[in-house]
Amino acid sequence: MHPAYSVIFFTTASGVGYGMLILIGILNALGYLSNDVTYGIIIFLLSLGLITCGLLASTFHLGHPERAWRALKEWRSSWLSREGVMALLTYIPACLLAINWIIFGQTNGVNAATGLISSFCSILTVYCTAMIYASLRAIPAWNTPIVPTNFLLLSLTTGCFYLNAVDVFFGQSSLELLVINLIFISSAAFVKIKYWNLIDNGKDHTTIGTATGLGALGKISVLENPHSSKNYLQREMGFKIARKHSRKLRKITIFFLFILPILLIAISIGVQRIAYILLITTAISGSVGIIIERWLFFAEAKHVVANYYNS
Amino acid sequence: MHLLNGKIRYIEGNPDHPVNKGVLCAKGSAGIMQHYSPARLSKPLRRVGERGSGEFEEIEWDEALNIATSWLSEIRANDPKRLAFFTGRDQSQALTSWWAQQFGTPNYAAHGGFCSVNMATGGIYTFGSAFWEFSEPDWDKTKYFIMFGVAEDHDSNPIKIGLSKLKTRGAKYVSVNPVQTGYSAIADEWISITPGTDGLFVMSLIHELLRAGKVDVDYLIRYTNAPYLVIDNPGEADDGLFARTENGEELCWDSRTDKELSHKTPGLKPAMKGAYTLENGKKVRPVFQILAKRYLDQSFSPRNVARKIGVEVNVISRIAKEIATVAFQEEIIINEPWVDWRGEKHTQMIGRPVAMHAMRGISAHSNGFHTCRAIHLLQILIGSIDCPGGLRYKAPYPKGFNSLPKPTGRPNQVNPNTPLPGPHLGFVQGPEDLLVDEEGNPARIDKAFSWDAPMAAHGMMHSVITNAFRGDPYKIDVLFMYMANMSWNSSMNTAETIEMLTTKNQDTGEYVIPKIIYSDAFFSETVPYADLIFPDTTYFERWDCISTLDRPISDAEGVADAIRHPVIEPDRDVRPFQDVLIDLGGRLKLPGLINEDESVKYPDGYRDYIINHERTPGVGSLAGFRGMDGLEKGKGAPNPNQLESYIKNGCFWYDKIPDNAAYFRHANKNYLEYACNMGFIKDTTPVIFNVYSEPQQKFKLAGQGLGEHIPPKTHMDRIKKYFDPLPIWYETLEQEPENKENGFIIHAITQRPAAMYHSWGSQNAWLRQIHGSNRLFIPKLLANQLSVNDGDWVYVSSRKGKIKVRVKIMLGLNNKTVWTWNAIGKRSGSWNLQSNAEEASEGFLLNHLIDDSLPRNKHNYSFSNSDPITGQAAWFDVRVKIEKITNTQEDTLSVSEPNFDKLILPPKMPVRPNIIGYNVNTETE
Amino acid sequence: MTSLPKNTERKLGLVIDLDVCVGCHACSVNCKEWNTSGYHGPLTDTNPYGEEPSGVWFNRVHSYEIEHTNGHAQTIYFPKSCLHCEDAPCVTVCPTGASYKRSEDGIVLVDEDLCIGCKLCSWACPYGAREYDSHEGVMKKCTLCIDKIYNKNLPEESRQPACVSTCPANARHFGDLGDPESELSKKVRERGGFDLMPEQKTQPINKYLPPRTRQMKPELIQKTELEDASPEGGFLGWIDKILED
Repeated sequence: MHPAYSVIFFTTASGVGYGMLILIGILNALGYLSNDVTYGIIIFLLSLGLITCGLLASTFHLGHPERAWRALKEWRSSWLSREGVMALLTYIPACLLAINWIIFGQTNGVNAATGLISSFCSILTVYCTAMIYASLRAIPAWNTPIVPTNFLLLSLTTGCFYLNAVDVFFGQSSLELLVINLIFISSAAFVKIKYWNLIDNGKDHTTIGTATGLGALGKISVLENPHSSKNYLQREMGFKIARKHSRKLRKITIFFLFILPILLIAISIGVQRIAYILLITTAISGSVGIIIERWLFFAEAKHVVANYYNS
Repeated sequence: MHLLNGKIRYIEGNPDHPVNKGVLCAKGSAGIMQHYSPARLSKPLRRVGERGSGEFEEIEWDEALNIATSWLSEIRANDPKRLAFFTGRDQSQALTSWWAQQFGTPNYAAHGGFCSVNMATGGIYTFGSAFWEFSEPDWDKTKYFIMFGVAEDHDSNPIKIGLSKLKTRGAKYVSVNPVQTGYSAIADEWISITPGTDGLFVMSLIHELLRAGKVDVDYLIRYTNAPYLVIDNPGEADDGLFARTENGEELCWDSRTDKELSHKTPGLKPAMKGAYTLENGKKVRPVFQILAKRYLDQSFSPRNVARKIGVEVNVISRIAKEIATVAFQEEIIINEPWVDWRGEKHTQMIGRPVAMHAMRGISAHSNGFHTCRAIHLLQILIGSIDCPGGLRYKAPYPKGFNSLPKPTGRPNQVNPNTPLPGPHLGFVQGPEDLLVDEEGNPARIDKAFSWDAPMAAHGMMHSVITNAFRGDPYKIDVLFMYMANMSWNSSMNTAETIEMLTTKNQDTGEYVIPKIIYSDAFFSETVPYADLIFPDTTYFERWDCISTLDRPISDAEGVADAIRHPVIEPDRDVRPFQDVLIDLGGRLKLPGLINEDESVKYPDGYRDYIINHERTPGVGSLAGFRGMDGLEKGKGAPNPNQLESYIKNGCFWYDKIPDNAAYFRHANKNYLEYACNMGFIKDTTPVIFNVYSEPQQKFKLAGQGLGEHIPPKTHMDRIKKYFDPLPIWYETLEQEPENKENGFIIHAITQRPAAMYHSWGSQNAWLRQIHGSNRLFIPKLLANQLSVNDGDWVYVSSRKGKIKVRVKIMLGLNNKTVWTWNAIGKRSGSWNLQSNAEEASEGFLLNHLIDDSLPRNKHNYSFSNSDPITGQAAWFDVRVKIEKITNTQEDTLSVSEPNFDKLILPPKMPVRPNIIGYNVNTETE
Repeated sequence: MTSLPKNTERKLGLVIDLDVCVGCHACSVNCKEWNTSGYHGPLTDTNPYGEEPSGVWFNRVHSYEIEHTNGHAQTIYFPKSCLHCEDAPCVTVCPTGASYKRSEDGIVLVDEDLCIGCKLCSWACPYGAREYDSHEGVMKKCTLCIDKIYNKNLPEESRQPACVSTCPANARHFGDLGDPESELSKKVRERGGFDLMPEQKTQPINKYLPPRTRQMKPELIQKTELEDASPEGGFLGWIDKILED
């Protein structure tokens, strides 16, 4: 699949933002977060800011962004519609919490409940986003429950990177959150590698044989494409990265998204003096990693329509 | 065509139309983009810079016509042959040939010489018609159909319609073609033959049929010259000619009375084999004896031809058996009484339902004429010409070759300010009919109808530029061309052709070919090399007639012709070429185009001419709605409302041939009378099938130095070798030992894609998306030998040139053949495409590999790279070598080679749009 | 409404006969011609005279080669356009309801006024039936020539999709595949018409008819040849017999 930058930006940025919101709501309800106003401004600016920028980016990617509001209509059948609805709904509890936190400095009581609702909505939003891809049978690599799991875990992982970075900035670093981050990283890595194994070794149920219905006659190859220049289908859905390039990029992803953060976080637990610089670096490393991961997510996914065209 | 808001909304097939019956191919469906192409020329142009520079100035029509008139009137008054007028992709030969005749130059032809004259002559000399536009398989009744060398070609939609019907009915369809695309893809059996060897294949089938006695002897006796007696007198001038009575009737040996009798004798029972002696002592043998002896020779057995033709032995024998089985055990009987030309009444029409069709894959070889005759011989031996289920004539054919005019243009027939006494093109019956001077030198610039190409019935357009440049046989002054892309895909060895057009005489500083006038609708690669441009309209802006005097739209069931009428007003200063020609003819005061008072005879141009011109009394361009009342057909006085009647009738006219005239038309009295009344033929003389072609024997004798007219020494061996009264097979002329020695052994051919029309298609925004570039298709075996994969660059070289192209591996391809789509490669800048369009950067032509001349023979004579009998351009004879390019530096260039300098657009060409959103319902386009 | 109708009155669709398609592209160009001024008009072409022209087409003709197990090669032409699936994934993914399936005849359409150009429907379609018109910002697709098949201004026989009317080889057919007794449904049964990508579970309405078996017939491979005509009577002895009759 053609990796469109606006979509990559949207899912990664909003992934970070929703991950932060999920953690904020839960941790706040458990009383782990300070109700400091400045702190509140930063975490909500960051999380809601990233979410909003992401949503705007994906909206401007549309052919008719002025009609984007129409996308809320078909939530009964469309995951994209559901995501739109959930994204908007999530703003309500999130903003309520943010307002109370920032303006009134209140984070407990009702606000704790609001926060939990915000976390719950965020989880659903990320889930809906992931299901847009996972529900597509035409892209077999995505058509697995591993995908929403992967999205959620990465959202939590990267959101946690950013929250930890903000915490250390405010001198409020918590050991528990760092350990939780390590757990997230490990789980996400586990799922990510499982995903790659699946797409590497999985069987293609749709082949040129089933695509033409003539598979029983023999081995089928393309003689000529219907048009001599690339068409929309080939540009949008024909792109598939070469194996040796993808392997390299996977290694880079693992390094920046998992290995380096694990190292840096572990060290920062041990050597608290330099935790500040380490955890900021972690957030940056994680950002680089998640962008490449998401780029690969598209680039490694083959749409079955590619069966009709030259490989 | 449907218009909305003055623009074209939709073009579809006319369901009532006899030819397409409502269907429409890709090219027709893309008519909108053809018409609105930014490649359209918009004003007459006069060259002001060097040829090829693209420097033109726009001029008014009057000035353009005055220039042409001054050039041409000077020629006409002094030396008419200095005008060479040749037309390309058009269908207006009925007008252009007649115009050239009125002008008086011998140098006219249309494009048949480089297209498919082998089919036309092979057919007409044999059975009075030809594959291609003059006959069609009996699609509804045939049970076995073999097609040789046909890719998308004439006549495409009826073939598609017919093949579909035939397959649905369960008839077997065999396609013989080195490439498995298009029609061959849906064949029941595809025979991957080696190019140029189809003749051997057919002769092997004939061998099998003769061996098994599966021959329709009755048919041969009734309708052919197979029983005629041939004189056996080697070394003398009558050897191999027919024995005749005193009044010229051919003799047969009557086995009842055991003596020689005229073939017309009622009750004759002719012998088909044996040897006899005439009363006058001459030894004779029936044609059939000679024929059988030849083809029963073991050299034609399947075992002995298999390897050469690339077809397995058992496939050859099986096909022969299938043909025989269907022809003789699956007869079709139609209970329709008819009368033959002898007056004998028949109660039934019996059909041997095997049909065949062949086209360019046979024609474009230097052995194509004989191969085509071999196919017809096969059809005749099984009695399948014009019988139910066989190959059926299309009116106005059949026409016996000896009823057709002979060519005109000998030096004593060419005089200043005088029309030629007859039409240029025709059918020679012997060396006495050649267009040569007293020394035997060619009278025509293209050397057609000379010893170079005695039966060049369609001229040799592909030789004109070379011969004019060399001044051999003489120099010309004006080259006048219409719709022929000679500076690109219509020439062999394009670069050399361009050089010939641009070379100047060192002494005079003038171009060697002094003046070039060119007419076309679009900015092609040829436009920059002309001196004067007449911009043509598109086909929506003009009158046209598809006439029985040229190549009408008849089918087997009836005679039909058609018109085009203008539906859109030109939005630029262009005129239909036919109108321009008539205008020019008036200014030149050509006799047929002016009245006695010298006023213009057809003031309303082509429209006027179509209605009012009479080629012979009562016979005009269109056969329908004739007479003052519009009720006469075939022959009748001009009808001023004729064109309105055509338009009302869907732009065509159709007359069904009566049922009792439907088959055996070559011998069917009912048909012959019908055809005579319609003006197709002069009298009801039947067409006797020439299994044995006596004109061929006359040439063979000349090559032996016998007879009154003999060829020059330089030509004798060739004439002796290649002329033969019965079909022969020989290695194509390109395959000299040198080619083999230098490794040029792979065959390189092209096919026409279904969605393009010759070079037209690249200026069409829709069609060029389908074929914007081309690859060289190579067989898997060769790819493995060379270690190439899809998309790799290779060098393809021949003895003449070298090109660099990308390959695609194909499985369904003869192992010794490579091919590509025809005419996709374009020159940068041409057709108003962006200069780096894929057609120019990746697209390529094979033309650069093909020499337009053969290497000089031992007498130092350079023949055209053509069939030695008809002059047909031997496009598909070329042999090549393929080499993988391993030097990675070459790869990075990623353009095909050779690459030519970009062409500059003439002034005021339309701006290319970056986006087309064609919708007649909205304002913007 | 992007939920699919439970059932449709008719199931209009196309049947493509791969046995007689010669790959001439008439269908794809005629479709473009009809539709560029029709329901989804225009079918934009970008860079039409340039280096990489790219246009919106509803029907495209692919060419394939099949290598049979016995080594024979077969060339197949494969036109492909929207299959108007019963369980159309392009309909359910659409967030705005622009993509819908009609309950009266099963035709899947795009309402251009509602489309936001998110392209998700083209991702959902396994067959590549939907294309994005970058100039207009909306998705377009085969409409089964809805503006032609019901068009009372046209004579009855013209009320067929453009691709069907124009096909010279009679390789395309149009009708109600929901009616098991329709001529078209019978033809599909007779010829063994099949679905494309059945494992994608889209339940396509369009059916493809397979090429009739050809060179695989065993009798074609056996050695078989004509028998010698009787050798008595010498050269061409058999002809005497014929001439005596």
